[in-house]
Amino acid sequence: MNRVEGHDKVTGRATYAAEYPVEGVAYCYPVQAEIARGRIAGVDASAALAMPGVLAVLSCEEPPELGADAEPELALFQRREVAYRGQIVAAVVADSYDDARAAARAVRVAYEPEAHDVMLRADHRGLYKPDKVNPDFPTDTEKGDVAAGLAGAQVTIDVTYTTPTMHNNPMEPHATLALWNGDGDLTLYDSSQGVSLGRDMIAQALGLPRERVRVVSRHVGGGFGSKGSPRPNSVLAALAARAAGRPVKVALTRQQMFDVTGYRTPTIQRIRVGADAAGRIAALEHEVAEQSSTLVEFAEQTATATRVMYAAPALRTAHRLVRLDTATPSIMRAPGGCPGMFALESAMDELAVAVGVDPVELRVRNDPDTEPDSGLPFSSRNLVACLREGAERFGWRDRDPAPGVRRRGRWLVGTGVASSTYPARRRPSQASAAVENGGFVVRIAAADIGTGSRTALTRIAADTLHVDPGLVRVELGDSDLPYAPVAGGSMGTASWGTAVTMACQDLLRDGKQGFADTTEAVNADAELARHAFGAQFAEVRVDADTGEVRVSRMLGVFAAGRIVDATLARSQFVGGMIMGIGMALMEQSVVDLEFGGFTNHDLAQYHLPVNADIEHVEAVWFDEADGELNPMGTKGIGEIGIVGTAAAVANAVYHATGRRVRDLPITPAKLL
Amino acid sequence: MEITLQVNGVRRPVDVDPRVSLLDLLRERLGLTGSKKGCDHGQCGACTVLIDGRRVLACLALAVAQEGAEITTVEGLASGERLHPLQAAFIEHDAFQCGYCTPGQLCSAVGMLAEGGPSAVTEELAGEPELTAEEIRERMSGNLCRCGAYPNIVTAIAEVGA
Ligand code: FES
Ligand code: FES
Repeated sequence: MNRVEGHDKVTGRATYAAEYPVEGVAYCYPVQAEIARGRIAGVDASAALAMPGVLAVLSCEEPPELGADAEPELALFQRREVAYRGQIVAAVVADSYDDARAAARAVRVAYEPEAHDVMLRADHRGLYKPDKVNPDFPTDTEKGDVAAGLAGAQVTIDVTYTTPTMHNNPMEPHATLALWNGDGDLTLYDSSQGVSLGRDMIAQALGLPRERVRVVSRHVGGGFGSKGSPRPNSVLAALAARAAGRPVKVALTRQQMFDVTGYRTPTIQRIRVGADAAGRIAALEHEVAEQSSTLVEFAEQTATATRVMYAAPALRTAHRLVRLDTATPSIMRAPGGCPGMFALESAMDELAVAVGVDPVELRVRNDPDTEPDSGLPFSSRNLVACLREGAERFGWRDRDPAPGVRRRGRWLVGTGVASSTYPARRRPSQASAAVENGGFVVRIAAADIGTGSRTALTRIAADTLHVDPGLVRVELGDSDLPYAPVAGGSMGTASWGTAVTMACQDLLRDGKQGFADTTEAVNADAELARHAFGAQFAEVRVDADTGEVRVSRMLGVFAAGRIVDATLARSQFVGGMIMGIGMALMEQSVVDLEFGGFTNHDLAQYHLPVNADIEHVEAVWFDEADGELNPMGTKGIGEIGIVGTAAAVANAVYHATGRRVRDLPITPAKLL
Repeated sequence: MEITLQVNGVRRPVDVDPRVSLLDLLRERLGLTGSKKGCDHGQCGACTVLIDGRRVLACLALAVAQEGAEITTVEGLASGERLHPLQAAFIEHDAFQCGYCTPGQLCSAVGMLAEGGPSAVTEELAGEPELTAEEIRERMSGNLCRCGAYPNIVTAIAEVGA
């Protein structure tokens, strides 16, 4: 089905957060900390206030009133302490964007700097065990005797992989347009992946009852996790509008996004595997070191995929966190699984080489009957089918495992495989449905950040009502609509679709309107291991002289429940794989050890895949019938595409060149 | 400064701050928010518009320098309710997800199809190059798409350009 908002998007009529026409709008431009740690001695706004068009300057000199329990990244101008370079320490409100930007440069902030620490190290003395990892997984797990398993193994692998800081970089920079009305009610047009949560967190930050806050986010220019919870721009716009007595727009620049909108933590991951000569795993251990800020504890669930992948009688996973003078890391597409599976699936390839077993066969041999860590049965698990189907389609059968021996002109050619997985969960949601003007209207505070949820929910409603999708209109992206969880964790369609289905069933009973709250249904879900799986195959060619890597072909085969819409699903899978190619080959935010923050913070220096980088990327899938998920039988599809990609590419690079790169991204310098 | 622009066939007299980019003028003053701001530094292509038929990054163009130029934005591509063939092909081939890069992709593709001449990947320099997928990928690489809609973008453009 074509996207229901497609016409609006190709004609420029789709309205994103910064684009709502509002009379008398003023502009706010942030001033960012120039030190990574220390104190603000004073803010001198006199020069800025004297500049043309300037309406107000906000800073800790006159802390605006906020709620007592504002999330620390949102508690703007409350403290004199600086937690990281780039933190928002002041802001100028002015009549025009250019006036605000010019005056922001004239705000004088005096600092008392202190020594800072911005580097993650495996032996950092500040590493500790957090109480849980995102969102609520146990920090460590242990089953069986790993030490004994490793000691008794015929083959052991003990390797460390590292992944760098990565930034989500959605194409739409984070933006907020704030309007207060005469009664003290606040409306925010915000770039948000979840307006219900956004409303609650912003109300909490401002110390307002949530009935006084409305967050609207009808179209979102991508988020990939970075718009999952409100960023400082949301609160800043509200404070600036209050100070100026006018509507205010905050549109972060691309450079500011690198500092204040979250990022994927760098990781250092040690993997130890012990196996018999046939490659059957006896012991597996995955230890992760990662970082958070001094403000908020965010512990990425990096090793959690290792708990579900392979049958290992002894299995241990552990996460350790260190709090650095950096911004708070956050969710980036497939948190946990994405960096974690780069390490695990690279290690599986190393094991395949060590035991001389084909990497597809090795994974099949270690496929478990129940979830290895918990012992729970799977609701469905078709990884082996994905691997077999992919091997067939990709032409894997005749593969010569010898590395570095296939040459086409100046190119060395190789192929690689990796598995992927992502949890298939759902969260409580509400929705309503009504007969209106001869059609049906479904209302839910869901988000469409490009995933096609507006279209998918239209289909789900039409299927339930047994009507043509053209008769159904879905309203989303407004916190005044029935409560819904964020677009994240690959839970959107499953959570919202459950509510939409139940609301439509209620409408069928009532004849006029229906409402559903799925809290009870979701809480009654049986305890089962629910995950999507996939197998990803890559062919690369590596320039023997320059080390340039090109991905010539990529195939993903997925088993992700029932697919609601083939067109939308293909775009999600392929888009995830393309982002994974970026992770494999080019994406990296370089930490500025001397000054804090990052040395690269724009799109000229933080490289995303461009059109010319992408040759053939294909996705296919099995339609799984899994009755243990939700009424639609779906698993999430937005994240799994990225999960196995980087390992598949890295394994192909090894096959092409004989070089095992354990440190992403695989830049030419690492191959020369 | 008082200037008059021609935008999508309409005369628009405006009084502009000489610092203002064409992109900010379109978005903040003329209500034409179809052109997107992704970076404001000429690094993403989201702001691509057509000036006298050629693709230009509106974030790098000063508004005051456009007196007399014929500017076309994404809002001006369709003829009334009839979509430009590229707009229709983008819908048909699902050549976007979030849609934020899309106006820039569309204006860039319109300009690109009118350009001709060799590119960095053209092997045979004599004559007009064939519009292969590789040529399209190369010529469209100034327009980033973080959603990764590239394969569908190429399919859509190839269909219209054929
Ligand atoms: S906004 Fe002009 S190129 Fe990015
Ligand atoms: S469609 Fe989202 S950036 Fe291209």
